[in-house]
Amino acid sequence: MLPEWSEAGVSDALKIELGRRYRFAAAHRLHSERLSAEENARVYGKCNNPHGHGHNYVVEISVSGNIDPATGMIANLADLDAFVEREVIESFDHKSLNEEIPAFREKVPTTENVCKEIFQRLKHFPNARLERVRIEETSNNAFEYVGEEI
Amino acid sequence: MVYLTRKIEFSASHLYHNPAFTAEENRRIFGKCNNPHGHGHNYTLEVTVAGEPDPTTGMVLDLKELKEILEREVTQRMDHRFLNYEVPELTGQIPTCENIVRVIWNLLEPHIHQGKLHRVRLYETPDLFAECYRNGAKPA
Repeated sequence: MLPEWSEAGVSDALKIELGRRYRFAAAHRLHSERLSAEENARVYGKCNNPHGHGHNYVVEISVSGNIDPATGMIANLADLDAFVEREVIESFDHKSLNEEIPAFREKVPTTENVCKEIFQRLKHFPNARLERVRIEETSNNAFEYVGEEI
Repeated sequence: MVYLTRKIEFSASHLYHNPAFTAEENRRIFGKCNNPHGHGHNYTLEVTVAGEPDPTTGMVLDLKELKEILEREVTQRMDHRFLNYEVPELTGQIPTCENIVRVIWNLLEPHIHQGKLHRVRLYETPDLFAECYRNGAKPA
């Protein structure tokens, strides 16, 4: 099954990533306990509305690894989908990020922090290496996290 | 450094089947993609070349030239083809997005003489893609 050019020299020089997009809808409110009511209103504007508001989030995950010559895959999509569903989508979709995700009891659920939280939840995916988490909060706002630089 | 990206689309059919697996294993591992009659996708390919603009032309490379390379190496080879049977570069491989993007990288790289091939990203659907770049080159 091994193609001629997949010999070590050639394939080692190239890095292949697999990217997959997922969606969830959730509510949040941007409010910091470290700021006064007036500062919160100024910093977060409409996002400080005490009743919260919501978004359709798009989460783009990239993983890397060797292509298994028997399957042609870095990771079986069914495994990746099930992992993301269990670790992220089940707890985020149709939820209030502030109220129902423990990490956001202390941290403000900005999409920067949501990227980092999702990265933490997915970095243990056993079949491939998590390279980055990119989130589109709306079609005009995107955030990306690649883990801590070593 | 400036990064220039050109996008093309092609449509092709494929199926996933490894003759070394049993019929049952093929179904379990590849799911719907194991349908022996094949199925197809509208693929979108994004090719990024990195380089400094030429002081005379202002170009990293001539887009017309890149367009011709993509037409010759990718579109003519893969558009409206059955990838398993009609693309010799994929013989003996499962035509997953990962494998196709690697084949495309290897087809394109020898022809990029101005700038350097930086990244190739292939969308099989809007929610599934694979990308290829040189180890150590940060994707931009």
